Amino acid sequence: MSESTDNTAPYTTVIGLEVHVQLLTKTKLFCSCENRFGAPPNTLTCPVCLGLPGSLPVMNREAFRLAVRAASALDCTIAEFTKWDRKNYFYPDLPKGYQISQFDLPFSEHGQLEAIDPKGGFAPRTVRILRVHLEEDAGKSMHDEAAGTADSRIDLNRTGTPLLEIVSQPDLRSAAEARCWLGELRLLLVYLGVSDCNMQEGSLRVDANVNLHIPRADGSLAKTPIVEIKNMNSFRSVERALTYEVARQYEEWQATGKELGSAPKQTRGWDDAAGITRGQRHKEESSDYRYFPEPDLVPVRLTADEIATIREGMPETPRALRQRLADTWNISAYDADVLVGQGRELVAYFEALAKLVDDGKVASNWMQQDVLRTLNDRGITIDAFPVPAEGLADVIGRVKKGDFDTSRGRDIFAEMINSGRSADEVVAEMGIAAVGEDELMTLCRELVAENPKIVADVQSGKQQAAGGLIGQAKKKNPNVNPGKVRELCLKIIGELPAP
Amino acid sequence: MSLSRDDVAKVAALARLALSEDELEQMTRELSKIVGFVSLLEELDTSDVEPLAHPLGTTNVFREDEPAPSLPVELAIATAPKQDGECFLVPAVLGD
Repeated sequence: MSESTDNTAPYTTVIGLEVHVQLLTKTKLFCSCENRFGAPPNTLTCPVCLGLPGSLPVMNREAFRLAVRAASALDCTIAEFTKWDRKNYFYPDLPKGYQISQFDLPFSEHGQLEAIDPKGGFAPRTVRILRVHLEEDAGKSMHDEAAGTADSRIDLNRTGTPLLEIVSQPDLRSAAEARCWLGELRLLLVYLGVSDCNMQEGSLRVDANVNLHIPRADGSLAKTPIVEIKNMNSFRSVERALTYEVARQYEEWQATGKELGSAPKQTRGWDDAAGITRGQRHKEESSDYRYFPEPDLVPVRLTADEIATIREGMPETPRALRQRLADTWNISAYDADVLVGQGRELVAYFEALAKLVDDGKVASNWMQQDVLRTLNDRGITIDAFPVPAEGLADVIGRVKKGDFDTSRGRDIFAEMINSGRSADEVVAEMGIAAVGEDELMTLCRELVAENPKIVADVQSGKQQAAGGLIGQAKKKNPNVNPGKVRELCLKIIGELPAP
Repeated sequence: MSLSRDDVAKVAALARLALSEDELEQMTRELSKIVGFVSLLEELDTSDVEPLAHPLGTTNVFREDEPAPSLPVELAIATAPKQDGECFLVPAVLGD
């Protein structure tokens, strides 16, 4: 199968993802309770989100705007007419007994998003998006397993917060592609300011549908029953769960020959600690939700002008930004990917730095090594980084001028980060002074005089022997520039009379 | 158009209604009548009629994204059959 990423596998893996993201609004979707994570249980509720009789939902304008912005960035067609529907089911975290969602007329459909592996592990994959719709979230049920048969506790703070559901077509062909695509989706939504996509806090949740297409000897195709995987709490667990499930389905097919249609769609939960998927209840048929139009909310009609206005206000997408960084600053696609992956604020720092030092590659190297390492070590983001771009540009400028070498520059920068002082102050404090031309010349003459063996080697054509002088020079004066020492010493030796 | 007993039993189960055998009989009869009545609409040609999304003609009713105070927790959970001062308590939700 040419479509398979893993060319050695005797089947094609078919994966579709269903992603739920919480929108970054101040308030819930249909009421004015705050949309905030981490508040004490049941302190962010009102008659509307508690589903009390006589209350009426009213649509949050900002939630709708963010939803349209996200769908536009995903290349979706925005519907000029959209409405809401009730999805009926009973669960303790759903006080109304129905979820307000969108069924037959979602606000957007038919988009696409590409998965690109910057390391080139697989060819770029364009994944079609079936639909994006807006719905309300449910509450949270907590159960203390240790307490045995005790009651479950219900917190309805999350009930009614705005949720975007993004459904992909089954276009992904490996677990690695799925992980990469999710990474791109998250980055896009974060860049758009639509969601913080924090998986730990549940603001991004992923379910995966997966099955295998296995060619038979006669040329026909066997398709394994589709399995929906739930409970994946990180991108890594999505990749692990899919990898596990693909292997499990192939084994099961070999053992039972069971195909799509001979068994209902199965839901399996990912057990991260055990590293396996386990069977769960059979999924209810779609019609069992008995969808019907939501009478409490009126439809939304958007004119082409209004859709265009939302599109115009769109910030640069990560994909466009990568391209621009690579083009403007002459850095590799890989480097652009690393920088863009760190977020818009870090990219702004990089661009300021690149402009100041007028060198994208050097700026990118310092960002990826010294700046990113500090951010990771300290667990902070770039807005909390103690040295502004001007400060780092100052250090890089002095390295370029030859005041000191890169490794000395690194020490200085590290001290600036630690102390919050300027390059000037650190240089003075560390006793690092640019070594003057005369001083350097004197030092090099001494070196040449003290090392007849090296001089003889150089004179006999072994230029690399001069390297031995650099170590000694650093001992005499740690501030010397190794490149200059080498250059000067070779010049002095060259002017000596031939042996 | 008539409903089968199984149809009614399924709908009852989805609605969490426990119906006795007699009630199931009665509901099957009565619901079939209602469905039959609504089926009259099938005699009309509706190919030119746009589906009605909402009985009101209005669209685009929004509110601004401004927070307002929520209920105090005591009030929010006051009417729960069982609560612990902080959360609603329900029979154990396990699995899934």
